[in-house]
Amino acid sequence: MKYTEEHEWLRLDDDDLVVVGITEHASTQLGDVVFVELPEPGTTVSKDEEVVVIESVKAASDILSPIDGEIVEVNDVLVDSPSMVNDDPLGAAWFFKIKPADLGQMDDYMSEAAYKKLIG
Amino acid sequence: MTLLRTPLHGLHEKLGAKMVPFAGYDMPVQYPLGVLKEHLHTRAKAGLFDVSHMGQVVLRGRSYAAVAHAVEAIVPVNILELPEGRQRYGFFTTPEAGIRDDLMLANRGDHIFMVVNAGCKIDDIAYLRRQLEPDVTVKEITNRALLALQGPSAEAVLAEHHPMVAEMAFMDVETVPLGGAECWVSRSGYTGEDGYEISVPVAAAEELARALLAHPDVEPIGLGARDSLRLEAGLCLYGHDMDTATSPVEAGLNWAVQKVRRAQGARAGGFPGAARIMNELQTGAVRRRVGLLPEGRAPMREGVQLFASAEAETAIGVITSGGFGPSLSRPVAMGYLPSDMAVAGTQVFGEIRGKRLPLNVTKMPFIPANFKR
Repeated sequence: MKYTEEHEWLRLDDDDLVVVGITEHASTQLGDVVFVELPEPGTTVSKDEEVVVIESVKAASDILSPIDGEIVEVNDVLVDSPSMVNDDPLGAAWFFKIKPADLGQMDDYMSEAAYKKLIG
Repeated sequence: MTLLRTPLHGLHEKLGAKMVPFAGYDMPVQYPLGVLKEHLHTRAKAGLFDVSHMGQVVLRGRSYAAVAHAVEAIVPVNILELPEGRQRYGFFTTPEAGIRDDLMLANRGDHIFMVVNAGCKIDDIAYLRRQLEPDVTVKEITNRALLALQGPSAEAVLAEHHPMVAEMAFMDVETVPLGGAECWVSRSGYTGEDGYEISVPVAAAEELARALLAHPDVEPIGLGARDSLRLEAGLCLYGHDMDTATSPVEAGLNWAVQKVRRAQGARAGGFPGAARIMNELQTGAVRRRVGLLPEGRAPMREGVQLFASAEAETAIGVITSGGFGPSLSRPVAMGYLPSDMAVAGTQVFGEIRGKRLPLNVTKMPFIPANFKR
């Protein structure tokens, strides 16, 4: 698993798709999540483009795509159950799966140890 | 800039509160339970809020009547005939018929006790001094904390400390000894639930808070849930839903101006902005504050522009408060629309993230009020 400075995690799965979510640190900072807006499958996205809107009780936030690629699958469960982002941010509350244009972009990101150091 | 602290600051930290700056104070926005659960708990059982950042003021003069007359010159409410031991909602108006701040005031016999918003208290107290002194003395009470205990269990919880609170009607005010300290207690609040607001001497504040929290039904509640609770209850937040640019009639506060202060009343007018306010009370205002329910799941927040249709080019209104309503499990909002559109069932469109999403005008409160009648 790799981590970004914006507290997202990304993981290359067996099917060569990259799964993206947010860390526990991020979901705790956000507070109770009440709304998630996901992109359409088939959308082409660029690195650092806003792709997901998350709203907590108090504020709206967004998730940036960490890499270039095509959104292949989104986690529709989050539309009906946004609170899952708080309950299981590393597992059941993945946001989208992306077919990477350039796997090398994953090298830009941190290891778990480096991320743990970042959040202190 | 150093933030001010309330007398319960240490307790909030011990309880694991997430602290944020609010009106110059370091305040708890939530505790480990989180905003959603704190909100739901308050409506199910009882929540304890620290609102010590608000301004507490005592006004004294030659007689209650003298003080009442003086305050009636700046607040368009019936204060003279407010019985002793009763509290009333009010607001200061500006010469342009705007609202300077909203407040609660109580007839305490030999004085009026007033509570004003934290964000406005410095200006409010200066204003009171300018308008009322020297005939009326204006004393800011800085040696008392202010707590709110709200929810269906509030009566049972507080009655354990003194049975008389169970006899209090909504908007009664009494001096009640709690934990050996002289507390000023009103049966009122900002959540739409039954409950009490308690002014307690600073030295006794933490002990009282801990004693109330010791009851299994009581949880500490932060400002995050305080906001979602009042939003569902259809209550205005000063500086957002009303300010110096909104008239009381636009804000839907007609009910607070008793007949005696309106045209044909014995003490009609005589407050800043009276001409326009009395006119609006008779013929209505150009725009009105309304409740709004987004049709979808996306919250629509303060600042969202409102349009009559998905294609209309010019905004006709704006959302002044909005967010997620935990007790309704859906987004809720309030804002201003032209009066002819301020009718339940009217559909309007809010623009967020470049899209126009539908909302419907709804009566407020969004959830039924549970005041003690």
